Amino acid sequence: MAKIVFNISVVSYLAASIAFFVFLVHRRGLLSTTANILVGTGLIFHTVWIAVRSAETGHGPYTTTFEMVVFFSWIVVIAYFLIEWRYKIKDLGAFVIPLVFLFLFYSVFLSREHPSVQSSEMLWMTLHRTLSITGYGAFAIAFAVGLMYLIQEHQVKSKKLGFMYFRMPSLEVLDTLNDKIIAVGFPLFTLGFMTGAIWNMKRDIPFYSWDLEKILPLIIVWVIYGLVFFGRLTIGVRGKKAAQGAVFGFILVILTYFMHV
Amino acid sequence: MLESNLVMVGVNHKSTPVEIREKLAFSASKIEESSERLACSDEIVEHIIISTCNRVEIYARVNDQELGITSLKRFIADFHNLPYEELDRFFYSYRDYSAVEHLFRVSSSLDSLVIGESQVLGQVKDAYHHARSLQATGMVLNQLFEKAFTVAKRVREETCISEKGVSISSAAVELARKIFEDLENHSVMLVGAGEMAELAAKHLISYGVKTVYVASRTYNRAVNLAETLNGSAVDFANFADELHRADIVITSTGAPNFIISKEMIADAIHRRKNKPMFFIDIAVPRDIEPEANDLENVYLYDIDDLQSVVSANMKEREKEAVQAMEIIKGEVQKFNNWIVSLSAVPTIVELRNKAESIRKAELDRTLKKINTLSAEDKASIDQMTLAIINKILHHPTIKLKKQTQTEDGHHYLKAIRHLFHLDE
Repeated sequence: MAKIVFNISVVSYLAASIAFFVFLVHRRGLLSTTANILVGTGLIFHTVWIAVRSAETGHGPYTTTFEMVVFFSWIVVIAYFLIEWRYKIKDLGAFVIPLVFLFLFYSVFLSREHPSVQSSEMLWMTLHRTLSITGYGAFAIAFAVGLMYLIQEHQVKSKKLGFMYFRMPSLEVLDTLNDKIIAVGFPLFTLGFMTGAIWNMKRDIPFYSWDLEKILPLIIVWVIYGLVFFGRLTIGVRGKKAAQGAVFGFILVILTYFMHV
Repeated sequence: MLESNLVMVGVNHKSTPVEIREKLAFSASKIEESSERLACSDEIVEHIIISTCNRVEIYARVNDQELGITSLKRFIADFHNLPYEELDRFFYSYRDYSAVEHLFRVSSSLDSLVIGESQVLGQVKDAYHHARSLQATGMVLNQLFEKAFTVAKRVREETCISEKGVSISSAAVELARKIFEDLENHSVMLVGAGEMAELAAKHLISYGVKTVYVASRTYNRAVNLAETLNGSAVDFANFADELHRADIVITSTGAPNFIISKEMIADAIHRRKNKPMFFIDIAVPRDIEPEANDLENVYLYDIDDLQSVVSANMKEREKEAVQAMEIIKGEVQKFNNWIVSLSAVPTIVELRNKAESIRKAELDRTLKKINTLSAEDKASIDQMTLAIINKILHHPTIKLKKQTQTEDGHHYLKAIRHLFHLDE
C-alpha cells in the first residue's frame, strides 16, 4: 500500500515536470494549471506516505537515508508552493519539480536500514536532521532560482534576448527571492550544524576525532552560504554573485552528500 | 455554413491607401444612421460596422451571399457619396469560414499594422456593443463576436505576441522591467534633454517611475523638461555625483566624446552597494563608454542594441503569429461546427416534410383509384408507406446529425439539400 502511494507521488512529479517543460515552450495557461495540480497530487500522496511511515516507525522521517531524501523532497515541494503562491513565478516549477522527481527517484535505491539510536540521542538527532534537511530544502530552491537568475542575466547582459528572456521573471524578483530563501536557509543550516555537534557530543564523539574529510566540505558549504548571507547585509553581495553562490553552494551540498553516503 | 450566410466586406491599411480609407470611415456619430439604413435593406439580416483608422469593415448575415456582398459594398460607397465603380477594386470580401477567420485575425491583432498591438480588440468590442445597443445583431453575429473576443484572449495568453516591444522606447521599458520588475520605486535620470530621451522617460513614467532627474548642459532646458516630467533638475557639472541615485540613466547629449566613463559608473555602482543600473544611450555619437557593460550589475544598451532588440521582437511577433493562427484555425472550426449544427435540424425537418408530402400525395392518388379496399386495408397501407419512409430516412437522419459535428459536415448538408432539392 505504502509503495503504491509512494509511486503515485513520484509519477505525479514526473508528469508535472513534463507539463512544466511543455508550458515553457507553449504558453498554454491550462498546462501550467495542470502541472500545479499534478504537483499538488504528488504532494498529497507524498504527505500521506510520510504520515503512514511515521506512524509505523513511531518517529519522523529522518532515520534512514531513504527517509531523509524523501523528507528533503517534501520540504522542497512545500517551499515551491509557498513561493509560487506568493510570487506567481510560472516557470519556477520547470526548474524545481524535475529536481524533486530526481531526488525521489534516486531515493528508491537508498538504504532503508534503521540504525540503532539510543533514546537519549533522539532529541538531538531529530533537531539536527529536521533543521539541516529544511535548510537543504531552502538551498535547493535557491539553486533553481539562482539558475534562473544566471540565465536571465546572461540574456540581458549579452543583449541576445531569446526565448528565455520573455519567460524568466525580472532580475530583481529573482534576486529578492535569493535573498529571502538564503535568509531562511542559512540560519536553519547553521542551527542544524550546531545541533549536529551537540548530538555528536551526546554520542561521546570528541571534536578531534571527527572525520575531517566529512566535516571540511560542510564547512566550505557553510562559508559559501555565509558569504552570500552576510555579504548582502554588509558589502552588497547581490545579483550575479549571490546567484552564483546559491548555485555553486548547492552543487557542493550534493557532492558532500555523496561523500557522506 | 448554409443557414448562416455570413459575409464581410471591408478595406484596411493593406488594401487601401489612407486617402480613400479616411473617406470611407464611419464616425461614431454616423454609425447609428448607417445602421438604420442597413437594417432597412432586404438583403441584410444582422450587421456590425467596425470603423477604425486602419480599417472599415462590415460583418453581416445576409439572405444571399452574392447579393449581400454587393449591397454592402454599394452601401459603403453610397453612404459616403462616392462612386461605387471606382471603389470596388479596394474592397475585399469574405464568406462563411473565411469571414470568421478574418474577424478572429482582426480581433487577435494579427491583421494589424503592428502585429500584436492591443488597441484593435477594444475597437472591435466597442463596435460590437454599439451594434448590439442598436439591435443590429442577432444570434449568429452575437455568437461570432463573443467568440472573437475569447479567441483574442486565448491568443494573448497563450502566445507572447504582445509581450515584445516593437518601438525603441517600449523595448527599453521592457528591458527595465526585466531588470527591475516594478518600476514604481525606481528612479530615472536624463542626461541631455533630447526628444527621444523625453519620449522614453515618459514611457517609463507611464509604467510607474516616480523620481526623475534631468541634467542638461543648458540648465534652463533641464528645468523646463524636469517640470513637464514632474522631476527635478540636476546641475550638469555635478551630474556624475548624482549618478548613483538613478536606477535608469538615459543619455542623449550632443557631446562628441564619451561623457560617462566606465570609472564613473564603477564608482556609482560601488556607492549603490551593487544595486543594478540600466543605461540607455540613445546619443549618436555615444555618450557612455561601451566597456561599462562589462561591469557587474551594469546593463548598457546603445541605440543600435535597442534597434536590434526591436527588429528581433518584430520577427518574434511574426513567429508568434504562426502559433496564433493555429489557435484561430481551431476556433474557426469550432464556430463552424456550431453554425452547421444549427442548420442540421432545419434540414432534417425539411427533408422529413418533403418525404411526408410526397407520401401523402402518392397515397391519395393511389387510394382514389382503388375502390375495393376496406377502411382497415387503407389504414394498413397508410402505415406501410409511413414505415417505408421512416426506414429510408432513419439512417440519413442519424448520419447527418453526427456528421454535422465534424469538420466537413457542411458538405453533407449541402449534398442532402442538393440531392433532395430542398432549396427549390
